[in-house]
Formats: sequence, structure tokens, C-alpha cells
Amino acid sequence: MPKDALISTQSRHRMTTRIWHWSNALCLLILLMSGLTIFNAHPRLYWGEYGANDDHAWMAVGSSQTMGYLRLGELRIETTGALGNWQDSQGRTQTWAFPGWATIPSHYSLADGRRWHFFFAWIFSVGLALFMVMSLWNRHIQRDLHMRRDQWRPSHIWRSFRAHLDLRVIRQTAGEDYNSIQKMSYIGVIFLLLPLMIFSGLAMSPAMDANWPFLTDLFGGRQSARSLHFIGAFLLLLFFLVHMVMVLLSGPFRQTRSMITGGEGKEPLA
Amino acid sequence: MTIITRRKLITGAAIGAGSLLSGCDALNRSAAFQDVLASAETANFTVQRALGDRMELASEYRIADLSPKFRANGTRDPGTADYAASAAQSFANWELRLTGLFAKPQQFSLAALQALPQRTQITRHDCVEGWSAIGQWTGVPLNILLDLAQLKKEAQFLVFHCADRLGGRPYYESIDLLDGFHPQTILAHRLNGEPLPIENGAPLRLRVERQLGYKHAKYVTGIEAVASLAGIGEGKGGYWQDVANYEWYAGI
Repeated sequence: MPKDALISTQSRHRMTTRIWHWSNALCLLILLMSGLTIFNAHPRLYWGEYGANDDHAWMAVGSSQTMGYLRLGELRIETTGALGNWQDSQGRTQTWAFPGWATIPSHYSLADGRRWHFFFAWIFSVGLALFMVMSLWNRHIQRDLHMRRDQWRPSHIWRSFRAHLDLRVIRQTAGEDYNSIQKMSYIGVIFLLLPLMIFSGLAMSPAMDANWPFLTDLFGGRQSARSLHFIGAFLLLLFFLVHMVMVLLSGPFRQTRSMITGGEGKEPLA
Repeated sequence: MTIITRRKLITGAAIGAGSLLSGCDALNRSAAFQDVLASAETANFTVQRALGDRMELASEYRIADLSPKFRANGTRDPGTADYAASAAQSFANWELRLTGLFAKPQQFSLAALQALPQRTQITRHDCVEGWSAIGQWTGVPLNILLDLAQLKKEAQFLVFHCADRLGGRPYYESIDLLDGFHPQTILAHRLNGEPLPIENGAPLRLRVERQLGYKHAKYVTGIEAVASLAGIGEGKGGYWQDVANYEWYAGI
């Protein structure tokens, strides 16, 4: 038996994976909530290099003392009570875009929101870089996340998709190797979505614009980078929600315990 | 059994989320924790300065890229009698005083500044709130003024004093010498080919292109060269730094 296969019998999740998982979960939650505080300072999104109040926003949260609404292109959806017009914990009407329960701090403070955001952005970025290096080093990526050639076949992906709709299959296969949809999700998040968040964030920085002008160009301008940063945040939120549903369906206690203690070993890989 | 435990789990998650929020607010009120969070400013400053060649230029654009309307923010009119009187005569009596650690402290009228070599640049203004506007600025490179007034060796920072007050306090900002001598750092008196409008800081506004908008002091009346920011305002280097937790370094 090869040496690395022996290691994989010791636990379901390696120590590096577990540490990163929880520090990353904390960072992403704080980054999302402090990011919503920052968004509240100017709840409008644009495409291109520039964009301010007189320019066309493809997405905007509007508010007045009586109502709140979300505008997507030409579509206007009333969101009173949720976005743009909501009651705070003292029952007062607030007209910031995202409500206090979704932001850090829970009252509006752009300066404080930025402090939280940048501090945890550093932990998140360094953590992601370390996790990538460690996971290549300990072959977590090559062994557990790499898509085998046959897993790319549409029929295989379709089977994997159907299996996700069957509660029994989800429960039975919970401890096995990752299926193709799991692998695509994890690889997509770790190598595309999370780096996108870092680089689209940096592309909004005027100092980085001087240092690395190609970065802002890559995203099609500073305001496009800001829009993509926002879209990326909500894709991560979507990933989190699906992740939660899958954990709940597949045995939440066993899954959570194995991400804390490492869990029971899986069968050695063939 | 499963249903109860699942319900417990969800209740637990909700309680956890609630205590996370109030916990974050408590941490946010703690001065010690704020100091920890603020350490990211040092990291941003050190890394962003290290990544460039220190005199790297901010992107410049073409006329076709200009924002149709350049948004104004912060003070839109200082509103004092002195300012109004000066505006009425197109700021002919406006004076820019260079004080502090200069071998030759001196003052310049607007006409004197306009007679010096000028730089015109089309740059993107990035507000801390998130919006951006592209404008064409014309003004005197700050390094020319610093050389004319002979900045002393002890000087570490340049403080910009302004004619406007926010919440009863005078607005001010400060930059270090690296930004002070940067070729795109200018005292602008024209925007998009016209005399600078009052809402954008007439007659003189600082452009410090590699930082966010709140660093770009408007209605500038004086530049004070200092060795330390400790004695100015509340000592944090700027109006927004003093009144809220905005960072002195605004490169991101």
C-alpha cells in the first residue's frame, strides 16, 4: 500500500483542511456582513470604469421613509421590511439598503465596516494561500478534489446530479470519495470564486490601480470589479446554503464532528 | 428523534447567529479590538507601497472616458462670508500659505500658482463609499511648491488646511512625502477644462491619485510641513480619521 493511501485511512479530513475550513467559515461570514455595511454606503452597482449617482446603475437598492425597493435593470421589486426600509431592534425605521441583522457592525458605520473587512480579508487571503500550498503538498487536491477523466463524462455528471436528489443515496454515500458535482463545486470555489473575491477586491483599490493597472483592466474597470465582487459574494452565499442543505441531509452531527475531530477513516483509495 | 435534533440544530444556529451579531457589536465598541482591526491598515500600507516602484502612476484616461457628471461629495460650499466674498471675485484674493518646516515659508496667490508649470491629468476618483468618477484635472505639481519653499529635512508629513468646516470642525488632511513628491500629486484649480466648481473644492483642491477621495482636500488654504501629525487636530492626520475610524492610509 502506498504511503499516502495509508495516511488517508487515518481520518476523513486532514488537520490542515479542518483548520482552514473553520477559519475560512468565520472569515467569509465576517467578510460578507462587513461587506454589506460597505455596500450600504453606496447601494448601486455599475459596469465599466466609473459610476456614481448620475450614471446608470444595473442594480440599485432604493429607499424612502415609506418604502424600500430593489431595482434590477428596469425591473423594480418592492422590498419594504427587508431592503431599503426596515425596522431596527428598537422599532425605528431605517433606510439603509441591507438591514442591521445582516451587517457588521449592526448599525451603519462605513469606517468600522472597512476595518472589519480588511482585517479579515488578510486572514482569509493568507489562509487561502496556505491551504492551497498545503493541499498540493499533502496531495489533498490531487487525490480528493481532482476530477478523474471518467468523471467529466456528461453521463457521469448527470448520474451524480440525480444522486443528489435522492435522500437515501446522499446518506449512503456521505462518507465516500467526493462525486463529480462535489469536486466541481469545491474546485470552483477554492480556485475560482475565492481568488475572484481577492482580486476583484484589490482591483477596487486606487493604490493597486497604480501598482497593477492590468488588474482593473482584467475586470473591465473598477465599477465592474465592484459588481463582480458583489456577485461573487452572493455566489459564495449560495454555495454556503447548498452546503448547509447537503450537510443537514447527509447526517449533520457526523459531518460536523468529522470536520472538527477529523472523523472516521475512509476506505483506502484503490 | 431526528426531527427534534434537527430543530435543535436550527434553533442553536439562530441563537448562535444572534449572539454572533451582538458579540461583533461588543467587539466593535472595544478600543483594544479596534486597534487589532486597525493593524490591517499597516499591512495594506506596507504591502501596497512595496508592490509598486513607489512612484508608479495611477491610470490616466482619454477625454472620451470622462464621467458625464463629476459627482461632488462632502462639503459642497464652505458657506462662510469670507468664502462667498472671495468666490464673488473669482478667488482673486485667495492665498495659499506654506508654513511649518520650510526654509522659505511663503504664500502664493491663485494667479501666481497658475503662472507656474502646470500638469493636466485625466484620472479616476474613487470614493470610500464605492462610487467612481473620471475627471480631467489641471494644477500645479505639489513638488514644485515644496522645492520653491525649500522643504526642510525634518519634515515627514504635509498637512492641508481647508476653508470648509464639517460638523463645526475645520476639514484637514495629510499625506507623507512620498505622495507629496509624486508627479500626479497636484493642487488642481481646473476640472474638465473649466475653473474648479465650488462643489468640487474651488479654487484649489489636492489630487493625490493613489488614494481614496477623502484624502483629496478641497478649498485648500494652507500647506503645513510637520515632523509629526500629533499636534494637528486630534492627531490622527485628518478630519475623518479624527471623527470616525477612517484610516490615514486610504490606498484601498
